[in-house]
Amino acid sequence: MQFGLSEEQILLRDNVNRFLDDNAPLDRVRAYADGGDDADIWAGLAELGVPALLVPEAQGGIGLAPLDAAIVAECLGAHVTPSPFLGTAIMAPTALVASGGQHDELLADIAAGTHRVGIAFGEAVKRRNDAHVEVRGERMFGKSLFAFDADADSYLVADQNRHLYLIAADDPGLKRVHLTTVDKSRRTVELTYDNVQATCISTDVAVFEATLDIGRVAIAADTLGAAQNMLDQAVEYAKQREQFNRPIGSFQAVKHMCAEMAAQLEPCRSMVWFAGHALAELPEEARITTCHTKAHLAEVAQFVAKTATEVHGGMGFTDLVGLHYWFKRCGANRQWLGAPEFVRHEAAVLQGLVSD
Amino acid sequence: MDLSFGPEYDAFREEVVSFLENNADKAPKSNDLRGQKAKDWQKLLIENGYTCRTIPKEFGGYGAEPDIIKSRIIAEEFSNARVNPGLGGQGISMLVPTLLEMGTQEQKEQFIRPTIMGDMLWCQGYSEPGAGSDLAALTTAAVLDGDEWVINGQKIWTSTAHIADWIFCLVRSEPDAPKHKGISFLLFDMKTPGIEVRPLVDMTGQANFNETFFTDVRVPKHQIVGERGQGWQVANAILGHERETLAPANTAQTRVNALIELMRSETADGARLIDNPVYRDRLMKIQSKVMAMRFNELRVLSARLNPGQDPGLSRMITKLEGTELRHDLEGLAIDIMGEIGLAYDDNPYLRGAGSWQRDYMYFLGLIIGGGTSQIQKNIISERGLGMPREPKFEKAS
Repeated sequence: MQFGLSEEQILLRDNVNRFLDDNAPLDRVRAYADGGDDADIWAGLAELGVPALLVPEAQGGIGLAPLDAAIVAECLGAHVTPSPFLGTAIMAPTALVASGGQHDELLADIAAGTHRVGIAFGEAVKRRNDAHVEVRGERMFGKSLFAFDADADSYLVADQNRHLYLIAADDPGLKRVHLTTVDKSRRTVELTYDNVQATCISTDVAVFEATLDIGRVAIAADTLGAAQNMLDQAVEYAKQREQFNRPIGSFQAVKHMCAEMAAQLEPCRSMVWFAGHALAELPEEARITTCHTKAHLAEVAQFVAKTATEVHGGMGFTDLVGLHYWFKRCGANRQWLGAPEFVRHEAAVLQGLVSD
Repeated sequence: MDLSFGPEYDAFREEVVSFLENNADKAPKSNDLRGQKAKDWQKLLIENGYTCRTIPKEFGGYGAEPDIIKSRIIAEEFSNARVNPGLGGQGISMLVPTLLEMGTQEQKEQFIRPTIMGDMLWCQGYSEPGAGSDLAALTTAAVLDGDEWVINGQKIWTSTAHIADWIFCLVRSEPDAPKHKGISFLLFDMKTPGIEVRPLVDMTGQANFNETFFTDVRVPKHQIVGERGQGWQVANAILGHERETLAPANTAQTRVNALIELMRSETADGARLIDNPVYRDRLMKIQSKVMAMRFNELRVLSARLNPGQDPGLSRMITKLEGTELRHDLEGLAIDIMGEIGLAYDDNPYLRGAGSWQRDYMYFLGLIIGGGTSQIQKNIISERGLGMPREPKFEKAS
């Protein structure tokens, strides 16, 4: 029995972290937030094999497991890294492989880091207002909100029936408009479909669910990384910052805030590990574990994001320190692919506590 | 990541399950520490290695090598079958491990066998009115007079003192030494003249705790564990372990399941409580936390089994998070029942035999006892996160 990361997984984590430390520090994130692109970051991650993680070896990938992907997601969250990771490296390969269809070329391009696949799942997860996706024949109509990312070459779109389609970003019927959010470390778009060519990937709801689940675990892992980083920054700051002739971290009012963050966050790490493991190895527990992990990480991260900012005092509120990048990353992750209340409802449905 | 224990352990689990199937009817239902049925059951469990498993045979135990997984399997299967897992109490859980670690051969021979067989019941004399979180500030005095210690002072929170045969007790034997180095660990008979026990009724209405007063209590010199002044190390040899096991996640899981059943059977305005979206969301939130704690415990277990693995803060946070979680969980059950949730004692509307209110209060006690939540936060921040200690407050002289 061994519940923890293997040596290979620790090596993977260390490699990705080292690359991000060197190539995507906060100043690089700021450059992206100011309107730059993430091409060099993604190219560097591609050299490390990140987009190839979940692509089978037969299609030019590495063929690793969801837990490995979650480990990388945690690194990206810790560095608030701009990248198309969630759609391109996680959800698209999962959908394409699970569909059983012939997608060798696309998978090879994804693995090489030369093709970015965005995701538009919001309308299948929890449709807001007049957003909707309809497919008639092979033509797509309607509108998706907050699709991710802004620079994708194609989009994996889920309609209200939870069927999956692939559309090209340069389709003449597609209008793509940037939607500004508080989270400047990633960009989302509104997609308007007016008679867009839609290639059906799968009408099997199980394929949609597998894709959604791994996306949720990756988001939870990203949240874990972001929240842990905020806690680490808060602890470091509290050790350095002095008031009343002593480090503020020696005051119980401050150190207890840090202890509460640590106490709530530490079980989250085990939860993300288990959820990643369950996706591949424990199919009966995978879905419900995923729901709870997505929701619980959102709640704990909300507490950590607020508390870590408070530990920094006035500096936490400034752009100078930049803590808000992590605060907003946690906030965006909370809403993406299902807000906690809705995801918990799904957990209740899965247990038969309530009908859908 | 490998969550299997392997075929050897699957076979062991089957053994435990079949033992339970064949013998569960012999188990006492209540936790009567004095009853013959409880003692007979204890004897049977020891003979089969299902309690006191690693205590050497020469002292009355089963004499097995320590095996964390087997211990866990035993605990899990007894819990699943809801069968009494054998005698508890502070003698078995705290004194016996302490003696095995720090006691003399004579002490081991004299005390371990009767303690584990249930013939010798112990209470723990640690806390004092002036020494709670700051336990090392204890002042109960022990002065050597010839071949005897003469003890004067008061202990508090002495569970089972009113029925205990013996006490293991921290006393100040070296008043001039620094506070952690002036303490000794003594063992003595509760029938010794000069001991008075007064029950301390707690908020649940029960009197498990006591105040215990010592007036010129004379104890033979050799009834000390470790050397003079070493009492603090002797007591701490096993204190940390106690904290981790106060609120295990598998019990919390059992309670969540019971809460779900409660929400399915109770109604308000004719609607099942489980169909109320507000209550259901609160239930799901608790379920998330219990799940997180279950996986946290897997990490704790794994770090024990694989010495190279970094447990992070997973062990350090279990007392704080586990006890707070149980208090919240029991409190949710009370909330959803409304006025029925207030029922207590002989109320005909009592649900779960009164366990929801009792555990709601009991776990508030555990949030405070065994190192308060605030002390836990000091430990987590100072030892876990490396934050600076509070400057010492110098007493004005």
